[in-house]
Amino acid sequence: MSGEVLPARPAAPPSPAQAGAAAGLLARKSRPGEKIIEFSLRLAGVISIFTTVGIVFVLVRDALDFFASPAVSLVEFLTKTTWQPQLGEFGIWPLLNATLIISAIGMALAIPVGLATAIYMSEYASARVRAVLKPALEVLAGVPTVVFGYFALTFVTPMLRTIFGDDVVKIYNMASAGLVVGILTIPLVASLSEDAIHAVPDALRQAAYGLGATKRETSLRVVVPAGLSGITAAVVVAVSRAVGETMIVALAAGAGPNFTFNPFDSAESMTGYMVRISGGDLSYGSIDYQSIFAVGLVVFLLTLLLNIISRVIVRRFREVYE
Amino acid sequence: MIDNEYVRKQVERDLFPRGPEIERQIGRRRRLGTVWRWVFLGAAALAVLILSVLLLKIVGDANGYVAVESAVTESELLPQSGLDGADGATTLDDLPFDALVSLYQANVSAGRCRAVEYEQRFYDDRLVCDSEERFQTMCASDNPRPACTLPARDAASVRQLIEADVIKPTVVSTWNLWESLFRREEIFQTAATEFPGAEVYFRRWLTWDFVTSPQSSYPEIAGVRTAILGTLWVVGIAVAFSFPLGVGAAIYLEEYASKSGRLNQIIQTNINNLAGVPSIIYGLLGLALFVRALEPVTSGALFGLSDPSAANGRTILSAGLTLGLLGLPIIIISAQEAIRAVPASLRQASYGLGATRWQTVRSHVLPNALGGILTGVILSMSRIIGETAPLVVIGASTYITTDPTGPFSKFTSLPVQIYQWTARPQDTFRDIAAAAILVLLILLLLLNATAIYLRNRYSKRIG
Repeated sequence: MSGEVLPARPAAPPSPAQAGAAAGLLARKSRPGEKIIEFSLRLAGVISIFTTVGIVFVLVRDALDFFASPAVSLVEFLTKTTWQPQLGEFGIWPLLNATLIISAIGMALAIPVGLATAIYMSEYASARVRAVLKPALEVLAGVPTVVFGYFALTFVTPMLRTIFGDDVVKIYNMASAGLVVGILTIPLVASLSEDAIHAVPDALRQAAYGLGATKRETSLRVVVPAGLSGITAAVVVAVSRAVGETMIVALAAGAGPNFTFNPFDSAESMTGYMVRISGGDLSYGSIDYQSIFAVGLVVFLLTLLLNIISRVIVRRFREVYE
Repeated sequence: MIDNEYVRKQVERDLFPRGPEIERQIGRRRRLGTVWRWVFLGAAALAVLILSVLLLKIVGDANGYVAVESAVTESELLPQSGLDGADGATTLDDLPFDALVSLYQANVSAGRCRAVEYEQRFYDDRLVCDSEERFQTMCASDNPRPACTLPARDAASVRQLIEADVIKPTVVSTWNLWESLFRREEIFQTAATEFPGAEVYFRRWLTWDFVTSPQSSYPEIAGVRTAILGTLWVVGIAVAFSFPLGVGAAIYLEEYASKSGRLNQIIQTNINNLAGVPSIIYGLLGLALFVRALEPVTSGALFGLSDPSAANGRTILSAGLTLGLLGLPIIIISAQEAIRAVPASLRQASYGLGATRWQTVRSHVLPNALGGILTGVILSMSRIIGETAPLVVIGASTYITTDPTGPFSKFTSLPVQIYQWTARPQDTFRDIAAAAILVLLILLLLLNATAIYLRNRYSKRIG
């Protein structure tokens, strides 16, 4: 490569001054190839920004169309508890309510189980047990959500109906969808909490043991409080995942908005609504088409907010140990 | 110091126990410790238990006894007189080709017979269900039917036709594997009383035929070939789109941009945010951007390549690009980690020898980060291969029986197929959904095994 970059070699050995000048020349030599490559790499990086801008633009534009239509008002959208597009009633609450109930049921399962799993894996388990547990959790995390949807509809729902009776539990119900959303998020809660617990310095544990604490006391009263910011962040991320979860809800929770607090009733969530409406042949510009973007905007903002909260929690409340 | 006598005693008992109280307290703490230990273990075991139940359920649904009722049985069909060479034949397999064809022709309507023959003929030189002239005119036209170009059917194909159109087996009831194994007697009794005409036999739904047959509205003969091909096309396009972009972005962020630069931080935050956006939102982006706004491109109309059957933006290309965007953050994040793991000494040595930045990246950083980058690509593939919601939103076809021919064809994919079959109320569709899930899980397993192999192979190189 010296042949192409170095200037013609002077006959006499170069003096230090001359060598310095040559190096300076080399550094200043313009290299268009390098510039082009740097530019295209930067472009690749910027594409990711375009994606976000695209998402926001698309959602906002069609949602604005939706709110601009005479049948819809923003106030009703945010306050009304009926969603019946045929009657021109667009209140987000039945959909939002179903999403929240399903997420709450899911979290009621995923938080205790995920956290306890994380504590067991990092504080109690021997290397051999970990070697079984960790891959099992990873496999569970890698199962496509449509498979969990199948599981909810064909296993969990019949199980619930056997336990509580066929007249109590509807074929499509929020409880089944919620439980399986919980199962889906267990690996997420477990692995993020384990990272948080793992980051707690050993000195704290040793100090607790040194004072005569038992393993339970050390884990629950020292390690978990010390890793609380990370654990909280994990939970918030899991909630965001549950809110955006689609296929389980679309298959198991039922089709048709329904404002109810009974978990054994069927009710359609925001994501379930989007899948059902777009599953048909949708004509662009129809009120149905615009409505899925308005609902999508709500889902997007909700998950974005949760993700930001989770990051703030980690940054703001992290205990820093030496 | 402490006035209240009661409080003083409590504090003394808890903090400074004396005599037998010490033993009691230690015992209590030990017991509590044991209880909680089992609670933690139970929670961890629950995850493994759920995974096992999930797998057992799916394997169970994909196998088991079925009760099948047919319009006519083979043994009733065969004695129909006048078939050459049918003497002594007890099954369809024994019949010669000519007998099979005439059997088929005798038992279906003339219209159905013609339709079947136009798809693929029985004999090279003539038509069975239509006239000689029709054969000549049909094949002489500019746009000949497949009957004129495809080779003639073989005996197996005719037997399949007889199976589907004459015998018409319908699964009237199914049992899962575990019922079939442990409650065999009961099943046969139920079947005998409820479906007296039905034949009960053990059926594996996941067969090679299932993998290679196209989709059909009869679950008995439906398969996942169109869905698998659709998945391969879509994932292929997604990776071809996101791999160069993702790795390029990672190189830029790690090797070029200054760590504290404004743009760099915006990109970095943005990528982390994108990774948390629910997949259905990407579906909306794909619907508005690729399907609607870029319709001339994604339908192929711009290049004059559009598929007449699709002719709108709901094509494989749109699906692939949408999933590509979805997989991009995963590729960027894992490629960044892989590039960061390359020791700085390698870069310094390269710079010290006078290499430029790109020369360093190309010849030293990338080769050493390759294992990690490929692992990330495969992880991103295994994430997007199972994605259903975005594909449903951008308009996966509910029913296609023909193989995709290119990026501008209509599409379906394996998870979408599973979703549609699961959403049907009939048990038989649930069973083939279970079989399709097994196909999907096997694909995922292969992908992940490749990722682990790559990780192990390349992680040894620097070290």
